[in-house]
Amino acid sequence: MDIRFSAEEIAFRDELRDWLGEVLPTLGDPPDRDDWTARRKWDMGWQRKLYDAGYAGINWPSEFGGRGSTPTEHLIFLEETTRMGAPYVGMNFVAQLHAGPTLILEATAEQQARHLPAMLKGEEVWCQGFSEPNAGSDLASLSTRAIRDGDHYVVTGQKIWTSFGHVADYCELLVRTDQEAPKHRGITWLICPMDLPGIEVRPITTVAGSSEFCEVFFDEVRIPVENRVGDENDGWRVAMVTFSFERGTAFISELLGTMNQLAEMAELARGIRRNGSTAWDDDEIRREIGHLQAEYDALWALTKRVVSQAQRTGMPGPGGSVFKLYYAEVKKRMADLAHRMLERGALVLAEGGGDEQTGGDMVASRLYVLSLSIAAGTSEIQRNIIGERILGLPKER
Amino acid sequence: MDFELSDDQVALCDGIRDLCQGRFDIDTVRGLADCGGVDRQLWSELVDTGVFSLVVPEEDGGVGLGWAEAGLVFEQLGRALVPGPLVGTLLAAGVVDDSVVGLVERTDGSALVEYPDVIDALLVLDGDGVWRVDAAELSFEPAQSVDPLTPVGRVAELPQGDEVGGCYGWVNRAVFLCSALQVGLATGARELAVAYAQERQQFGKPIGQFQAVKHKCADMYSREEVARAALYYASCVLDAPELADEDRAVSGARILAAEAADHNGKDCVQVHGGMGFTWEIDAHLYLKRAWALTPCFGSLDEHAERIAAMV
Ligand SMILES: Cc1cc2nc3c(=O)[nH]c(=O)nc-3n(C[C@H](O)[C@H](O)[C@H](O)COP(=O)(O)OP(=O)(O)OC[C@H]3O[C@@H](n4cnc5c(N)ncnc54)[C@H](O)[C@@H]3O)c2cc1C
Repeated sequence: MDIRFSAEEIAFRDELRDWLGEVLPTLGDPPDRDDWTARRKWDMGWQRKLYDAGYAGINWPSEFGGRGSTPTEHLIFLEETTRMGAPYVGMNFVAQLHAGPTLILEATAEQQARHLPAMLKGEEVWCQGFSEPNAGSDLASLSTRAIRDGDHYVVTGQKIWTSFGHVADYCELLVRTDQEAPKHRGITWLICPMDLPGIEVRPITTVAGSSEFCEVFFDEVRIPVENRVGDENDGWRVAMVTFSFERGTAFISELLGTMNQLAEMAELARGIRRNGSTAWDDDEIRREIGHLQAEYDALWALTKRVVSQAQRTGMPGPGGSVFKLYYAEVKKRMADLAHRMLERGALVLAEGGGDEQTGGDMVASRLYVLSLSIAAGTSEIQRNIIGERILGLPKER
Repeated sequence: MDFELSDDQVALCDGIRDLCQGRFDIDTVRGLADCGGVDRQLWSELVDTGVFSLVVPEEDGGVGLGWAEAGLVFEQLGRALVPGPLVGTLLAAGVVDDSVVGLVERTDGSALVEYPDVIDALLVLDGDGVWRVDAAELSFEPAQSVDPLTPVGRVAELPQGDEVGGCYGWVNRAVFLCSALQVGLATGARELAVAYAQERQQFGKPIGQFQAVKHKCADMYSREEVARAALYYASCVLDAPELADEDRAVSGARILAAEAADHNGKDCVQVHGGMGFTWEIDAHLYLKRAWALTPCFGSLDEHAERIAAMV
């Protein structure tokens, strides 16, 4: 049980800090939330800078162009970039955190050569086409159909909640290739170029007024069979590989950003004047801030445990589900506290909506946090996973 | 960084768990309520295993391990509901010669002292230091404790006692050890609830198949794991204070462990239905011990304040 960084880990961190210290001041101002062209340029530009400096694919193995860092170095990377205010992974999320790692484990050499270098250089935006209108929590019941026609799959159906679908170049797409088989055994994982004829993308407006995700319609879209990852009808297993990454390190920057936000909130509380005192003088507000900090510190410690497990076993431990479940609730409490402090000010959204991912506008954040217990497996599903897979309670069905 | 348990630490946990299962099975533990919480023979087995001398350096006759190990051991003791003045006796090891040592904070007026009938000495903590009072100097008015495994007696006024040296950072260490016991209690309560949820049938199926029960168990596990992470982090900071602020780490563990033990105790009662409200089922023992351990060395509000001042 040792949370100290080794000499190599410290050397890695110091070198990274130096580089960030040089590069961050040259970046300029981040783009507006709704200017997607500028956002793409910003996110991909940052990825390219990481690539040129040797920090792209930090945790990808070096034979695939990554840096081959240990899970601890990955954690240090995320900690330092967030702490120093570097851009968030943004629309590179799916490529860097799901699709890339999945291709590394499951794809053919040709598929890897075609996509992995481009992902690392920030030349490909990916999206995740898993959920459907009738297949959300029960993802395995998905019905987007793929019929084999020579060396193509002909795909017809609909995906929904596809984050960054309207800017993506490729999609990790789950389709049904066997209608008769039990639902988990008729699914196939495909790489789908988003510019194929027959694909229509319609952005959906979120509660925050932004358009982060889309509906994607497929009308007889011809996808080459060579785009299949894994065997036909083995896509559910491949998707499970994708999920293990999603629940592993995906929330580290989030948590650290949230801790920065709490510090800002404490500052704000000390400044807000009401009836001759400050919000900070309110015992309940002050104690809730202390309480939230205790919980975030604990979640950060839990993250270090999950990362240490990954370092020993090669896979993130079950702590990921616990983290996600707990974090969503704590973050909602923090957003509510901010609003108690802001009082009437809680009616006003900052101009442009603010950066709801990692800080800034607390009003936008109160909306954003609603998605934390829904996206990437709802809290109810996380509780099922913990109850059944960790505690061994009987399955529902 | 490797925040997982080392092989030695895993072996230590296993050893203490075996000791608890072998010597402190639940019937024995319940029986201890009839002899003031401590049986000298069993206590000496804890002493001989090194439970109390864990952090005493080897050259002074101790085991020479750190707070990480002390936390792991106390977690196992909490999980098994082992009673007795565990925290006081560990802190007192190497400082005074008594073998069953109580610990209390000096307050104005009367004081409640735990395990009044079995302690050899009481150590009193106040702003000026730590003071030893011989048990013979104390006269107790009887008081009924909420927790049968934490008997208490009331002392009208604590004697001044004799100052003892070498008591660096005792408040944080006492708080830390109470937190470790509570993480163990949270685990014990969760394990009991999950076992019952698997075995008890209603509507023709195990109640653990109902989501309302399953999800409660999942929440118990989550609380426990988050509290455990906070506890392990605090233990690392106690062992290497240059790493981070000790007060913040300990107060954080304190809050999460106390809440996890309290909530898991209540949920364990609930999962047991009517049985949970009986003396016979152990659920109440976890909850009551959790309650007994919380109002020690600062309220949870005070710990939250201590952290808030650092945000
Ligand atoms: C911000 C955001 C981004 C997303 N991005 C993507 C993306 O890029 N790609 C993608 O494929 N998907 C994405 N999703 C979709 C997300 O994975 C699904 O919304 C989620 O899995 C829930 O599915 P659903 O919306 O169909 O809700 P449903 O499954 O219909 O659930 C509705 C309610 O019923 C509950 N429920 C359902 N089944 C059970 C059960 N067995 N037991 C108890 N309760 C149950 C749920 O917990 C929920 O409260 C995104 C979602 C959000 C909010």
